[in-house]
Amino acid sequence: MSRVGRTRSIALVGMSGAVVEVEADIGSQLPAFHLIGLPDAALGEARERVRSACANSGLALPARKLTVNLSPAALPKHGSGFDLAIALTALAACGEVNVDSVAAAVHLGELGLDGRVRPTPGVLPAVLAAAAAGCARVYVPTANVAEASLVSGIEVVPVASLREAAQRHGATLEDEPDPGDDAGAVEGAGARPEVAASIPRENGPEVGDLADIVGNMAAVDALILAAAGGHHLLLLGPPGAGRVCSHPGCRGSFPTCVRHRPLMWRVSARSPASRWPGASHIVRRLKHRTTRRAPSHWWGAGVA
Amino acid sequence: MTHNHTLGAAGEDLAATFLQQRGYTILDRNWRCSVGELDLVACTADRIVAVEVKTRQTGVCGHPFEAITPAKVARLYRLVRLWCEAAEAHGPVQVDAIAVSAPPDAPAVIEHLQAIG
Repeated sequence: MSRVGRTRSIALVGMSGAVVEVEADIGSQLPAFHLIGLPDAALGEARERVRSACANSGLALPARKLTVNLSPAALPKHGSGFDLAIALTALAACGEVNVDSVAAAVHLGELGLDGRVRPTPGVLPAVLAAAAAGCARVYVPTANVAEASLVSGIEVVPVASLREAAQRHGATLEDEPDPGDDAGAVEGAGARPEVAASIPRENGPEVGDLADIVGNMAAVDALILAAAGGHHLLLLGPPGAGRVCSHPGCRGSFPTCVRHRPLMWRVSARSPASRWPGASHIVRRLKHRTTRRAPSHWWGAGVA
Repeated sequence: MTHNHTLGAAGEDLAATFLQQRGYTILDRNWRCSVGELDLVACTADRIVAVEVKTRQTGVCGHPFEAITPAKVARLYRLVRLWCEAAEAHGPVQVDAIAVSAPPDAPAVIEHLQAIG
């Protein structure tokens, strides 16, 4: 009971990721769940998700005081992508899973109350950061595996449920008693549609060509200039002006890029924006610190 | 007595025996005052210990320890000091919690947390 569980996860800082060590301790006190290390409100609610997910996965946490620390403690952490890491480190602390196995991997993913692992935004920069930090293996939600697999030099392990992740880390669990609608997802097959849904702009009709755009010459010229020079681009105008229609054409007109260029493209264009569905039309990596929140307002309010 | 009272009393008996086997001396049981009630008051070699006993037959309402809130712990510390005053006892005090999980068809399981709060 006195063991400390450890694992790693990634905190997104703007467009890049920072490795965060997640550690859990179970003390001999009344049941409580303390999450420290500057979590935001969404991350603070991980306590409830983790407890329920563990209980509903047949991996009940002990009725004792559980303290989870996210280190470096001074780095603000956002979002629900730490759920899987928090759950596994707590399970490692109480001896349900192999401590060394959990400590050796990076974990990303949000937990549902039933223990399913839900996709999380920003997986690509997170996996890039994990690979850059020398991590050998990263566990990601099944629905994010296509995005995570773009990164080379790191083993990507898709998991559909906490139960599956715990079993991979040595938990001894009986077979799923109730197949339900999770059966396919646990085996990985049922999550295929979600994989496709998570990267809708990869090869759909939206990747067109500038030749498809009729009129709007000012926008087309601007797109060509931006694409040719690798410049940032802001498309601003009232609804119906053609911002959404003209931008995908630009993507199709880009020349073939070397390996790291499309990765950086995707990091900038999709992952941070995927927090806000429908707002993924940032043209280039945004460098100024004040533009971090820009994608949510990009089209509607015209904040630059 | 209701079913819950009977169950609680049975749990307190089990807890008292458990503590005696571990060197505690039981000083008082079900001590009441205007603030509330202490299930068990015991002493060890160097301190007076108030023990809150929670007994459950099933896990439907959660673990017995989950029923002991921070407000309850604070009240237990007040109560044990009032008990010391009433009994004219002196010395450091401590509050322990004991969970008795007693399913009808299996032996009871006792968990003991020392110095809570």
